[in-house]
Amino acid sequence: MQKLLLLGDEAIAQGAIDAGLSGIYAYPGTPSTEIMEYVQASKEARSNNIRALWSANEKTAMESALGMSYAGKRAMVCMKHVGLNVAADAFVNSAITGANGGLIVVAADDPSMHSSQNEQDSRFYAKFSFIPLLEPANQQEAYDMVHYGFDLSEKLRIPVMLRITTRLAHSRTGVVCKAQKEQNEIKLPENLRQFVLLPSIARKQYRELLAKQIPLENEAAQSGYNQFLEGHDKSIGIIACGLAYNYLIENYADHKVPFTVLRIGQYPIPLSMMNRLYEESESILVLEDGYPIIEELLKGMLNKGKTIHGRLDGTVPRDGELNPNIVGIALGMKIEIGVDAPALITNRPPKLCDGCGHNDAFLALNEALDEYGRGRVFSDIGCYTLSALEPLESINSCVDMGASITMAIGAADAGLVPAVAAIGDSTFTHSGITGLLDAVNNNSPVTVLILDNSTTGMTGGQTSSAYGKVEDICRGVGVAEEHIRVLKPLHKFHEENVRILKEELAYQGVSVIIPRRECIQTLNRRMRQKAKAKTMDI
Amino acid sequence: MTKDIILAGVGGQGILSIAACIGMAALEENLHLKQAEVHGMSQRGGAVQSHLRLASTEIASDLIPEGKADLVISVEPMESLRYLPMLKPDGYIVTSMNPFVNIPNYPDMELLLKEIWKQPKYITLDADEIARECGSVKAANMVVLGAASPFLGLSNASLEKAIVAIFGSKGEDVVALNQKAIKAGRDYALAHI
Ligand SMILES: Cc1ncc(C[n+]2csc(CCOP(=O)(O)OP(=O)(O)O)c2C)c(N)n1
Repeated sequence: MQKLLLLGDEAIAQGAIDAGLSGIYAYPGTPSTEIMEYVQASKEARSNNIRALWSANEKTAMESALGMSYAGKRAMVCMKHVGLNVAADAFVNSAITGANGGLIVVAADDPSMHSSQNEQDSRFYAKFSFIPLLEPANQQEAYDMVHYGFDLSEKLRIPVMLRITTRLAHSRTGVVCKAQKEQNEIKLPENLRQFVLLPSIARKQYRELLAKQIPLENEAAQSGYNQFLEGHDKSIGIIACGLAYNYLIENYADHKVPFTVLRIGQYPIPLSMMNRLYEESESILVLEDGYPIIEELLKGMLNKGKTIHGRLDGTVPRDGELNPNIVGIALGMKIEIGVDAPALITNRPPKLCDGCGHNDAFLALNEALDEYGRGRVFSDIGCYTLSALEPLESINSCVDMGASITMAIGAADAGLVPAVAAIGDSTFTHSGITGLLDAVNNNSPVTVLILDNSTTGMTGGQTSSAYGKVEDICRGVGVAEEHIRVLKPLHKFHEENVRILKEELAYQGVSVIIPRRECIQTLNRRMRQKAKAKTMDI
Repeated sequence: MTKDIILAGVGGQGILSIAACIGMAALEENLHLKQAEVHGMSQRGGAVQSHLRLASTEIASDLIPEGKADLVISVEPMESLRYLPMLKPDGYIVTSMNPFVNIPNYPDMELLLKEIWKQPKYITLDADEIARECGSVKAANMVVLGAASPFLGLSNASLEKAIVAIFGSKGEDVVALNQKAIKAGRDYALAHI
């Protein structure tokens, strides 16, 4: 069998291609982005006609994948953890419709918030929705679980969540691949009302979903992804979920742990295994890379049973990613780390690239806002969020994708006029359009900057759904033609740009200003490719 | 054999191509390998690092435990010091002396170098200058890789094969430049151990 050197994300993508995938749907988001990018770059995927295009947001991606599952084919949808909030309505209800063709939802969590605004744990969503969940401990398992996950999804007619974290997503190692499977033929659901969630049908299907929990638990006991590893020392029984198992065995010579370990890779967790560990151990240590979800369940509200150690009693830090030393300390080991980094080292925060158009746009905005005072710019998520920091310090909010326009509406309603929204082009089509419609319907005195660098910059320059459509969308939503203004954010146009911004800030209704200049990174990449193509011509 | 390496630099400086070369050479020698990379936000001019672990037996954690790294390889002097808590007491620092100044409060170079030279084991080199002598400053990261090569536990032949495999598609000139840069880095290190 072929062995490839793959990132966790790439192992999932290759696993899906090999398992007979017909379509992958996603909106970019660190650390999940490379799954779609791998399929897009794969020759195999192209020759097998696997559909692999970016969606406008995670909800549209989830729904399209569900549609492909309805038609009997295998579909995958990928997102970062907060993307699942956007897709949640479709996700939760997909448990009740169930699947037809295999459906895997990949949620990539980011404990320690390396590139995110929170560290929510997607395992809660799976539990909340009664959807089975797979949590790989390494890239090989990630690959294998995609095959297993599609089979499970088709066998029990239910979407399956694959939950990974940044560390696995972005770590590379050798992965052994299996032979490629054929894609499914198109095949409608046996019951053509399976996906019609009218209350009378939904009630019935919900009961079926609840009944599926028993076979799902049995599957989790038999698949081999949950393992009961007997140890001779019964003083602590250890529950290690996903990557935590690696950090645990890292602390022992030859990876031999003296304690009994319940290694978790599949949920719902079989109660029989849990019970056995609890009965035969004097105390329990729970190691989870995420929220203390199992720990809380085991402890219960009153905590009257055996001593349970973990994040809640401080044995493990309450927040942040696990690592080998945190786990070693939790086991009472003496950990010696290297010397401290010298005090003269300074931080190197990420910043806008040299030559980035966002920089010129915010310099102009800062000047135009001088007469109104600071603290009125609602913004969003993207490269431009870096303008919150020195030297620009232009924006005052970044909450969730699309929140800039809608927060500006609320602030303007409260009397903060003019209120400004600053949103990227990709974020605008992700979830800014409906907010703009609200603003138009309210005739809110807001000035909306749609910072159009013609790409999804922050996540590495993926195609933006907004490309070539921004003005048309604004017109279509009802923004007056004369208040849709396009700027070229360049130093030489600074004075003119400030003037236009001032005019629109003074207008008592909705205006949209579109500073448009291609992202310097994608521009450079395009130039390099062009140069390469030219040398190949010769 | 186990070798735990921290690669350090600033987003955009290309530490991942050093990682790719070491990784490819390790595969050539049938070693196990895990490489945790930093993608996303910090790639925008922030501090970036990669944990690279090589071993003759199965590797558990993607992350190197703090205080257990054998080697810090850095393409930037301040970044080499950021990861001292990761380094073993007798671990080596191999770093370029060429600063990447993209912040207003970058520390005084002299003090910075003094801090590095206080550490028990280090190689500091003017990688840019050595790369220029080899033909292009673009090969500075390969000079740093060359300087680290005596401590990697990999054969020169495997590294050379890796260069061919990774840069082959870019043409013979690029391969030759990188080979030369690695050798120049290695020669420098061997003369200064
Ligand atoms: C719900 C959700 N999905 C995805 C992301 C990841 N994400 C953060 S910024 C960004 C790109 C924004 O692109 P754009 O608005 O065009 O701004 P740019 O970075 O190009 O300036 C993405 C995809 C997120 N934070 N939240």
